Amino acid sequence: MKKLFALSLSVLTLWAVSLFFVAPDDAQADEIKIGAIIAETGGAAFLGIPEARTLRMLTDEVNARGGVAGNTIKLIIKDSGGDPAKAVSFAKQLIEEEKVFAIIGPSTSGETMAIKDICDKNKTLLVSCASTKAIVDPVAKHVFKTPQNDSLAVEMIYLEMQKKGISKIAVAVGGTGFGKMGGKFLNEMAPQFGITVLENEVYDPKSTDLSSLVTKFMANKEVEAVVNWSIVPAQAILAKNMRQAGWDVPLFLSHGFGNIKYVELGGAALEGVFFPAGRLLVADSLPESHPQKAVLVKYTTDYQAMFNNEPVSTFGGHAYDAFKILCKGIETVGKADTAMVIDAIENMTFVGTGGIFTLTPTDHSGLKLEAFEMLTVKDGKFALAN
Amino acid sequence: MNPDLFFQYMLAGITYGFLYAIVAIGFNIIYNTTGIINFAQGEFVMLGGMFAITLNNILPLPLAIAAAVVITMLIGALLEILFIRWLDNPSVLRMIIITIGLSILIRELALHFWGETVFSLPYFTGNELSTVSILGAKVSPQVLWVIGVSIIMVTALSLFFKFTFTGQQMRACAANRLAARLCGINAKNMVTFSFMLSAGIGAVAGSVISPITYTQYDIGPGLAIKGFTVAILGGLGNSVAAVIAGLLLGLIESFSIIVIPLAFQEAVSISILLIILFVRPHGLFGRSDTASLKEF
Amino acid sequence: MRQYFPLCIFLALVVLIQLVTQITETAFYLTQLTMSAYYSLLIIGLCTIMGYAGQISLGHAGFFAIGGYLSAGLTTHNLQPFADTGITSLLDKAGLLVSSKDLYGDTLLTVHPWIACIVAISTAVIIALVLGGPVLKLKGHYLAMATLGFGIIIFRIAMATPYFGEADGLSGVPSFTLLPGITVSGDFGARIINYYIAWGTVLIGMLLLINLVNSRMGRALSALHGSEEAAQAMGVNTARAKLLTFVLSAAYAALAGVLLTHYNGSIGPGEAGVMKSVRYVAIVAIGGMAHLWGALIIGTLLNFMSMRGLFGSYDDAVFGIILILIMLFAPQGLLRLHIWKHIQKIKPKKHGTA
Repeated sequence: MKKLFALSLSVLTLWAVSLFFVAPDDAQADEIKIGAIIAETGGAAFLGIPEARTLRMLTDEVNARGGVAGNTIKLIIKDSGGDPAKAVSFAKQLIEEEKVFAIIGPSTSGETMAIKDICDKNKTLLVSCASTKAIVDPVAKHVFKTPQNDSLAVEMIYLEMQKKGISKIAVAVGGTGFGKMGGKFLNEMAPQFGITVLENEVYDPKSTDLSSLVTKFMANKEVEAVVNWSIVPAQAILAKNMRQAGWDVPLFLSHGFGNIKYVELGGAALEGVFFPAGRLLVADSLPESHPQKAVLVKYTTDYQAMFNNEPVSTFGGHAYDAFKILCKGIETVGKADTAMVIDAIENMTFVGTGGIFTLTPTDHSGLKLEAFEMLTVKDGKFALAN
Repeated sequence: MNPDLFFQYMLAGITYGFLYAIVAIGFNIIYNTTGIINFAQGEFVMLGGMFAITLNNILPLPLAIAAAVVITMLIGALLEILFIRWLDNPSVLRMIIITIGLSILIRELALHFWGETVFSLPYFTGNELSTVSILGAKVSPQVLWVIGVSIIMVTALSLFFKFTFTGQQMRACAANRLAARLCGINAKNMVTFSFMLSAGIGAVAGSVISPITYTQYDIGPGLAIKGFTVAILGGLGNSVAAVIAGLLLGLIESFSIIVIPLAFQEAVSISILLIILFVRPHGLFGRSDTASLKEF
Repeated sequence: MRQYFPLCIFLALVVLIQLVTQITETAFYLTQLTMSAYYSLLIIGLCTIMGYAGQISLGHAGFFAIGGYLSAGLTTHNLQPFADTGITSLLDKAGLLVSSKDLYGDTLLTVHPWIACIVAISTAVIIALVLGGPVLKLKGHYLAMATLGFGIIIFRIAMATPYFGEADGLSGVPSFTLLPGITVSGDFGARIINYYIAWGTVLIGMLLLINLVNSRMGRALSALHGSEEAAQAMGVNTARAKLLTFVLSAAYAALAGVLLTHYNGSIGPGEAGVMKSVRYVAIVAIGGMAHLWGALIIGTLLNFMSMRGLFGSYDDAVFGIILILIMLFAPQGLLRLHIWKHIQKIKPKKHGTA
């Protein structure tokens, strides 16, 4: 027993010692390390995979052109699987061991909130791809985010409802951080627009069928429209179940619907839904004069050429914006100096996939209502609603 | 509550019930021959759906499903031969952990093979908008497909286990492995066969529910937990009981939304399961003497 | 006395690793070693109920989450808006609340971490006591389902309750001052002390469990594991022995949850997930079921590598492969491989421990 124990301990010690031989090497002078904490596996992989692809594509592209301000970029992607505990561990690793200049991601708001304070305390830039307003409110000096604020999308939806004369609605949200914040703003902002939320429900991101939810909403005869606020594929199930129950009130979705694959899933049931989104999804239908046109078309073409015609999603777009904002900041300053780059970003106007960012010291998100267009689905494709 | 609404809730509950039951049936087959629960059963469902979707690109739907079922059955047999057949009298806990490991592996392979994308098969009849009216309530025709296929499978399986020689051999193995071998039954072949059969049933389930639930690399565990719940609730090994338990659970889940928010739905249904287990530790229709035989 | 010998080696090793990291300036390894220590604390508790009492639990992540979430909820939610209400001011007068400033200068009034910790662990203990009675009467797959169900219920409650942050979980959990100068916190500056807090807790936990296993109670447990009927016939109160072990392991899990949550500063619903519970059970099995040291070593190794992201996107895949290989070729656990048998001169041991 004793010997067995001693042996196992010696193996452990050997192993522990061997670790130190693979300690990370020091950064080269002309290399900027950028860390990314992305959920490439797990429940949020549908967000993380397009994000990681975009980041790898952009890094290659930038380095092929000679880097940013003469520095090549070294991208270190850590797969968190959507787990906040891992995100914390990886953030500490990236900051302390890799001494990264900035961190991009995490994909989910729970993970971002878990590492917000760590990054801010340790003076490492964090550009998040998650949308929760709490990431930039209160403003932390080192923390930015690229997705549009939920409250703006809510405003878009409510303005559209006012136009259509809708005042009594039911709200269903997907059970993720994205859904939670949407539900909060939908309920808080409704009175300002003279809208009453009659029903509220949260459904599981892994739902298999939502007929009972639909039945409950239908039972309330006063409901004039449904808002389905979610980022998960299951949001198409709700649309299907509504139409299958023979209920044809207008259906509004959120900017989390930004993936053409969701339209394929819902098929005919999604025809004529309304949802606010950035212009990435309708890049082709924009006039040539639109300031975003060039950026959107280039990202779409590059991404599809690189990944077998895989359609672009707004999720990958968030990573695009995060990466480009960092690059632009470094280029403006000419070197990777955290305080100076933050200063540059806080005075930056940037044309990205999500909209035209106007970042200021008090606004670390930078997108306004103009970033959105109201879109719809026509013949299985995204189209401008108006 | 008006009758229309009541039927609408009831149809939703029946839909849930059959979705759970169709997965539970696969659990019961392997349990009946080996006395173990195959935690990779949900992955058979996923694989069936995924293969059918992939093959549907080049084959018509019925052929694609048939081919998917055959492929999944082969995978089931292969897994049994590689990972289980040669083990010498493994304990139940060891088997559980091996099947958990297999389920993780299959899922990871599927992620790297098909990616994170969500797919679905086309509706067997009509499309997303088609509905059938029953007693004033409306339901998708695909739900009728699920119900029909479940009923056919349960009936066919009962007949198979009762009346065919192979079926009887499989039951003999479950009752007493040693005695069965003494009677000249090749017990190992029977176990392989039961894995094939349940993989095939999983694949059928995966194909027929795909238009409703969608198919993604990680749908397995969620379905397996619901299937396991229903199989336990009914009493392990009994497929008819699984269907009844599935319906019970489905109806509870469907009607519970009237009083309890949807987010707590699963917490409620699992709490009910726990209470039933505490009162009847061998499930609703299980026999207490057989339940106490199985230990870890 | 002999059974304490490994504990001494263990203590020496803990100190040795810390010194080596200090000398090689790789102290950052301590971050993940600290995290793994807390997971290991849960795992040795689970090892006692599974390996020694022979009862599977697929719901231990639930107890971890009860500890973590209650402690996080109580110490994070600001009571300042309710400062004037009866209960809050009563709590404040009793000295159970602390006032602090957050990063942005707002005043926070929260429950003292010690109080939160005690509430969290006693809640877990009470739930384990109430649940343990009926659950531990179940056997085989029915026991597995009941414990799995318990885990799912906790997960769903965490996901559906605004107080626990729903899908986002809770962040901004403050540090936890155990004694003046000894604080559980994730700051880089407090790393070495936290490493010792974590491993000190594990060490005390091991000491208790080793004593338990070698006590009258431990012999009752192993009799129970062999044959419950025989143990009962010999006058062992099997129900009581099982329940006590179950409650103890729940307390370990809850304590691990409390401490890791304060260390990380956050907790998410994934901590209560089924996959976490499955992982813990698998680690105990890889370690050799009734083998506390095996569970501790394997638990630390696997969690350390996973937390460092060594396997990248193949984290679960690697875990699955290890699991299958061990169960196929070394079902008695990694530390009881046949190679070891030649080295150690032990009596031919009984099979069928599992």
